[in-house]
Amino acid sequence: MQLSETVHTGFFFLAPWLVFAPVIGLLINIIFGGRFSEKAIGTVASLASGASFVVSVLLAWSLAAGHGAAVTVPFLEWIHIGSLELDWAFRVDSLSTTMMLVVSGVGTLIHIYAIGYMHEDVRFKQDPGRFRRFFVFLNLFIAMMMILVSGDSYLMLFVGWEGVGLCSFLLIGFWYEMDTLGRPSWANSNAAVKAFVTNRVGDFGFLLAAFTMFWAFGSFQFDEVFEAAHAVAPGVIVAITLFMLIGVAGKSAQIPLYVWLPDAMAGPTPVSALIHAATMVTAGVYLVTRSAELYMLVPQAQYIVAMTGAITALFAATIAVGQYDIKKVLAYSTISQLGFMVAAVGMGAFVAGMFHLVTHAFFKALLFLSAGSVILGLERGHHHAERAHGHGDEHGKGKKGKHALSKAAGKKSESHDEHEVFDPGDMRNMGGLRKTMPITFWLYMIGTLALAGIVPFAGFWSKDEILLDAKLHYPTVYVLLSIAAFFTAFYMGRQIWMVFFGEPRHEAAAHAEESKPIITVPLMVLAALSLLGGALNLPFEGFHQLGHWLEYTLKEVEALPLNLQVAGISTLLALFAIFLSWLIYGRNPLRAGQPDPLKKPLGFIFTGMENKWFVDEGYFAVIINPFKKLSQFLADVIDWRFWHDWFHETVIAGTYNWLSNTALNVYADQKGIDAFANWLGTATQSLSGALRKVQNGFVRSYALSVLLGVVLILGYLIVK
Amino acid sequence: MIPVEYYIILSAILFAIGVAGVLIRRNALIIFMSIELMLNAANLAIVAFSSVFNSFSGQVFVFFVIAVAAAEVAVGLALIVEIFKTKHSIDVDQMSSLKG
Repeated sequence: MQLSETVHTGFFFLAPWLVFAPVIGLLINIIFGGRFSEKAIGTVASLASGASFVVSVLLAWSLAAGHGAAVTVPFLEWIHIGSLELDWAFRVDSLSTTMMLVVSGVGTLIHIYAIGYMHEDVRFKQDPGRFRRFFVFLNLFIAMMMILVSGDSYLMLFVGWEGVGLCSFLLIGFWYEMDTLGRPSWANSNAAVKAFVTNRVGDFGFLLAAFTMFWAFGSFQFDEVFEAAHAVAPGVIVAITLFMLIGVAGKSAQIPLYVWLPDAMAGPTPVSALIHAATMVTAGVYLVTRSAELYMLVPQAQYIVAMTGAITALFAATIAVGQYDIKKVLAYSTISQLGFMVAAVGMGAFVAGMFHLVTHAFFKALLFLSAGSVILGLERGHHHAERAHGHGDEHGKGKKGKHALSKAAGKKSESHDEHEVFDPGDMRNMGGLRKTMPITFWLYMIGTLALAGIVPFAGFWSKDEILLDAKLHYPTVYVLLSIAAFFTAFYMGRQIWMVFFGEPRHEAAAHAEESKPIITVPLMVLAALSLLGGALNLPFEGFHQLGHWLEYTLKEVEALPLNLQVAGISTLLALFAIFLSWLIYGRNPLRAGQPDPLKKPLGFIFTGMENKWFVDEGYFAVIINPFKKLSQFLADVIDWRFWHDWFHETVIAGTYNWLSNTALNVYADQKGIDAFANWLGTATQSLSGALRKVQNGFVRSYALSVLLGVVLILGYLIVK
Repeated sequence: MIPVEYYIILSAILFAIGVAGVLIRRNALIIFMSIELMLNAANLAIVAFSSVFNSFSGQVFVFFVIAVAAAEVAVGLALIVEIFKTKHSIDVDQMSSLKG
């Protein structure tokens, strides 16, 4: 039927290579990578990811040629039990190809960037051997993400879902034995564990959704589930969609499970860009979009999803205002933007959500990677300054003890006016980078404008589409998202002023060096995409390409025209926020050691923002510490003292010992069986001792006995 | 014809003499001869009954007994000779090595 036709007419047979290209890449790097140079390792990994991108392009092309008819490419029989058939099949439709293109496209750019970034990072962390491992993990991530987006059932989606979670864990804890500043500590590995455990909570929700689905429909397959969904009670669908929302909240970092994402910044910057901004965290948005038909059936669930997204968007945006770490700001921004997407797909504005997903992937990857470039620039500047001072010391000019500053992490510096360890990610150490890192500055500007939603950057179009949908359907969400957008522009403005303008607040910033082309060129591509990405779905008559493309998969897509009121308000809000940030941070640049100028006027509100509204502390107080106490109680009292000491040692082992030592050994064995055997022996001995006297050896007495015997027998016979 | 009781009485007397000889005497040869006496007392009783009941089986049986007694004498004498060789005595009371 349709399947066999299209397989022959397109490149659909290539679908498995989406997954296997990166797998081959990582196998090559695992097996032969030890002999490769860093460039070769990076090239292999990038080519593997690039091959995935090429396959995605071919699939998209074939799909467009086939007028968007969804194609399922069967690949592998997995589980066949009775009538249950779970296979690994690839689903190629406009939604999955969109995700494939984003994942492999942005992924490939980040692979290339990572060649340059990791080259320096492994040297700053003094372990060049890990270069290869990084690319193996990165390729594994691409493979897993491809399984996630290309699976044709919730089960395969879950396989990928867990796989990317694993890669996220591995890459957050990439420098597992140190903290982000390279000091020996378990901070990074704790962050990885936090991410993993938090995601497990979400995955549990996903699993419950899948179980409910299987119970209700007897299938995991998208088409079968959607078909069957109309026939069951809405309560079941509500349960499925809300359980799914827990999974979405875990993976896409929504309230209440978002806390892992800021900590995930412990991973190397390309990881933050690829996994924790552009692709993996959008899996939740993809999941909701994929399950659009389920969500459309239950408006109550949709409302909850939309509100979750909107509240997250606003909440995270306020936290971002109070952060000092360049990556933490972006992390909270990511949570906030994911909130936008989740709100959009929750409202049923699936195209807007996907549109924002795509543009966000472009500009947030750009921002993260540029932040990585800034951090590297500062590290270089720091090393430069260190060397200069080391040299100065010999001439007796340099400040005392300066060069020892970060030479040995954790060693206390002699000068007290300096930080103990230089933090290249702290925006308070930056300033004035516009002059020293001009390329990065312009790239960062493009990303910022796109994120802030300024015409004509990509973020403007996608965010406006979400706002417009919200205004039409959910006014509350619209208000929340508008405020969030205002905060977005504000914290990005704050970041720009703090990082790139003013005077350097640290020597490292003064001596920062621009990054090499291998780092900046992928950024330029991303910048171009951030600039032009809006063209994917312009809200004008005759455009709406992404909308029409996704219409092949999603049933109802409304193409909204540009609403000047919404666009105008959001643009004005953004411009006003940037102006406000200029008033506060741009006009009077921050000086070294000066507290944040917002601290005084906002007081405790800023303290709250600075400390992430104490959510982590709250979780510790409400969940983690009681949980620890409970587990300690269970381990110490219940398990050790009750089960081990009392039940096992006293009851079981004691009973057994009594049984074997006293009852069986002493009474049954020694006093019973042994005693009987011994008695038998002694009795035999004494009896034979008595009888031996008869055997006197005299023949005649024997003869006498015989005679007596005969006489007795005869006597008996006669008497008888 | 002499009544059979006489034979039986003679046989009993011979047998009793044999028994007494075996029990009382210590000389192995005498004991041996006493055993022969008992055998022959039995033989006498058998042939006496044989003639009374006019049956030859008794006489045949006696021949068997005589033959077996001859064999027994051969073995017994050989044993006595061997014992004498080692102990230089045929006193049966000294042959008590199997005393318990």
